Amino acid sequence: MSTVGIVMLVHTALDRAEQVVRHWTAGGCPVVLHVDGNVSLKSYRDFVAALADDPLVRFSQRHRCEWGTWGIVAASQSASELMLAEFADVRHLYLASGSCLPLRPVQELIDYLAARPRTDFIESATTADVPWTVGGLDAERFTLRFPFSWKKHRQLFDHYVELQRKLRMKRRVPTGLVPHMGSQWWCLTRQTLSAILQDPERAAYDRYFRKVWIPDESYYQTLVRQYSSNIESRSLTLSKFDFQGKPHIFYDDHLQLLRRSDCFVARKIWPHAERLYQAFLTDQAGAMKKTEPNPGKIDRIFAKAVERRTRGRPGLYMQSRMPRQGAENGITSNPYSMFQGFSELFGNFDSWLSQATGTRVHGHLFAPDRAELADGQMLINGALSDNAKTRDYNVEGFLTNLIWNTRGERQCFQFGPGDNQDVNWIVARDPNAQVSVISGAWAVPLFKSNRNFADLRKEAARLQRIESEHLKVLRSQHTKARVRIWTMAEFIEAPMEPIQTIVDEIGMSHQRRLGEAPTMVDLDGFGQFLQNLKNQGMHPYLMGDFPVEQGPVNMPKPPRKPYLVR
Amino acid sequence: MRLRRKRRIIRALRKSDELRAVQNNTSRIGPADILLVSTVRNEKIRLPYFLNYYRGLGVNHFLIVDNDSTDGTEAYLRGQDDVSLWHTTSSYKRATYGVDWMNYLKRKYAHGHWVLVVDPDEFFIYPFCDTRPIRALTDWLDNSAIRSFSAMMIDVYPKGRIDEVPYHAGQNPLEIAPWFDSGNYSVKKNPTYGNLWIQGGPRRRVFFADQPKKAPALNKIPLVKWDRRYAYVSSTHTLLPRGLNQVYETDGGEKASGALLHTKFLDTFSAKAVEEMTRKQHFAGSAEYKAYANTQQGQPDLWCKWSEKYINWRQLEILGLMSKGNWA
Repeated sequence: MSTVGIVMLVHTALDRAEQVVRHWTAGGCPVVLHVDGNVSLKSYRDFVAALADDPLVRFSQRHRCEWGTWGIVAASQSASELMLAEFADVRHLYLASGSCLPLRPVQELIDYLAARPRTDFIESATTADVPWTVGGLDAERFTLRFPFSWKKHRQLFDHYVELQRKLRMKRRVPTGLVPHMGSQWWCLTRQTLSAILQDPERAAYDRYFRKVWIPDESYYQTLVRQYSSNIESRSLTLSKFDFQGKPHIFYDDHLQLLRRSDCFVARKIWPHAERLYQAFLTDQAGAMKKTEPNPGKIDRIFAKAVERRTRGRPGLYMQSRMPRQGAENGITSNPYSMFQGFSELFGNFDSWLSQATGTRVHGHLFAPDRAELADGQMLINGALSDNAKTRDYNVEGFLTNLIWNTRGERQCFQFGPGDNQDVNWIVARDPNAQVSVISGAWAVPLFKSNRNFADLRKEAARLQRIESEHLKVLRSQHTKARVRIWTMAEFIEAPMEPIQTIVDEIGMSHQRRLGEAPTMVDLDGFGQFLQNLKNQGMHPYLMGDFPVEQGPVNMPKPPRKPYLVR
Repeated sequence: MRLRRKRRIIRALRKSDELRAVQNNTSRIGPADILLVSTVRNEKIRLPYFLNYYRGLGVNHFLIVDNDSTDGTEAYLRGQDDVSLWHTTSSYKRATYGVDWMNYLKRKYAHGHWVLVVDPDEFFIYPFCDTRPIRALTDWLDNSAIRSFSAMMIDVYPKGRIDEVPYHAGQNPLEIAPWFDSGNYSVKKNPTYGNLWIQGGPRRRVFFADQPKKAPALNKIPLVKWDRRYAYVSSTHTLLPRGLNQVYETDGGEKASGALLHTKFLDTFSAKAVEEMTRKQHFAGSAEYKAYANTQQGQPDLWCKWSEKYINWRQLEILGLMSKGNWA
């Protein structure tokens, strides 16, 4: 008979448990089973009868087990006592559940433990050092009382915890004990376990732990520190937990992953995972063939699942992720740039920018008649349409969709006071946004246009009002975007410097200095245009101070070439 | 809200008179069986693949309402052991587009079961559906104390005119219509019922671009651990009690979700559109069908150069249309 005994707690899928029991006993390991008190008497009897022919199987006294309560500890105590009494050769006791599956040949486990006859494998850490507690209860697990079931009477549970906190009620931890916690699946030596179970103080300890929260994660973990001479604080059972403290379940498609685990046993296995049971229980030679263990991979997959559930993918809005404002974890998925006033001031700004930075440069995405997608397209990635009505139906969604759909390629677009302003706040709050504004540049197209001055004046007043509202948003304390604002007068003094900064920040450019500059429109007479607006009683201020620079009418002056910024 | 729920249930009971059992195999339903409820009308050509698909996922029993089909649907379904069939000649529209009938059947037969409510042209996709049966999902949901599971509708369409390739009974519709829109969906919250309201896809892009508000809703919650006190309000978009509509995370994370591939756009579509326009039994006076009929005489090409070709659930998850959540 082997020196390893298996203590198995079973509550569902008894047929699978039977399969695993037979696997252990075939390897020579005796098994003591504890069947949950909630299992019907008939199923229990059938189960006992099914295993009656196996001399290495015993059934222990039954307790009712409910998650987080004492029953599970009581169950493991009874079963362990039975194991110690019935099988004298057993040196290590391995606590497992009915949904555990051995990943490596039984003999390998036996050899492994035989080589470490004095070592206790149990995860055991002080409460201050563990990150995995759920519901904010860590040290309090040991100092409050928990008479109510968390699953069945959640409200009572919470209220009673609250009450005890208010009244500052505290239990005393029995002298000599330092609370430790860890995975409930351990493998202890006969020496250590019998010392725990035969301790003269056991009644007092049991009384104390009966009211501790989730005692199966702390009873042995704490007491083992009293007796063990050699603790290896890790579990030999592979068990991954999700963000609510529930164990992850393994399915058929995890076969390759489990092969690469360095653990001896995995839990929990889905009872219908036929292929896993088939592979690990029957086809030993095939399934358990030596593969290089790579437990890190398992870790990564499950850590990512938790991350996805708690943080999600930044910038994604969909059927099962609709973060409320402030909890987005990234309003958009990627950095992008919004330019205001640039295409008004530079005739060829879009194509120039696209060439200089290699990004996708759109026109006015939020223009009233249509979304001016790059290259005059009507649809863009994700089959997102340029239709203005569809866009304006959910304008923030349009922006987040666009950025999400074009992940990996930076988007730039033009904006102005003539566009749909409903997008202002989301851009301002978004750290991914790079916003560059030449204020007052909307006046240039007006200046160039051939419209009645009365209309121009009205339009100028409207645009100025809108832009000044927008600037207020951009200057607000809630703004998280990278915002740069110049007045137009300020900008044309030295236009290349700001442009260089912006392009550097986009970071796509290969050259250190920009070779070619965009062409600025001819601004001759613009000062006078502004003066005319002023004379009509409108006060254009967003563009800064422009000199009227009107020379004497009769002094012939050659038409100036367009500004070529260098 | 409680009153609205009660009203729905009473309606369902009242409308149950309209159902005549053709074949009642419900005594075969085991205590842990996964059920599927559907209303069909002249969909015989789709049924062989439909039933096979869901049997393959592990659905144990089908509860089907036949809304007066004339194409031999009844004869086809008769004699299939895992199908229970009811017949009605009454108005689909007056039964809240079939919801009342199905609420009744679920109340009567699905209490305590996981139940999937889908149309014959909808194919349920969930994370790991290529390697794990639907019971793996429902067991996991049970384990995580989740009662309802979201699966957004994704319209799939062929490349070219939709009547170009004829559909044969038993054929996988995705062979003909594998294309879908991946990133033009708008998501809004419905404050009344707490569900999300999702619109978009090719139908909005082509038929409803100028009246986006009228575009069909794509949010669906087709998989529910049913209780006799539950009720669907409109199609499978909305449930009562409202907590069942909380299938999305508002704190930044992602809950697990799936998709319903909606294979409406096959060559069978145009005949259907003509019929439905005259029957006026569909939502908003069959406005949807009118919009289709007006577009190039009902033969639109929905395909565009940004259409994505369907590969598998992982593709949908990468595109952000569905999520594994914390299921791994």
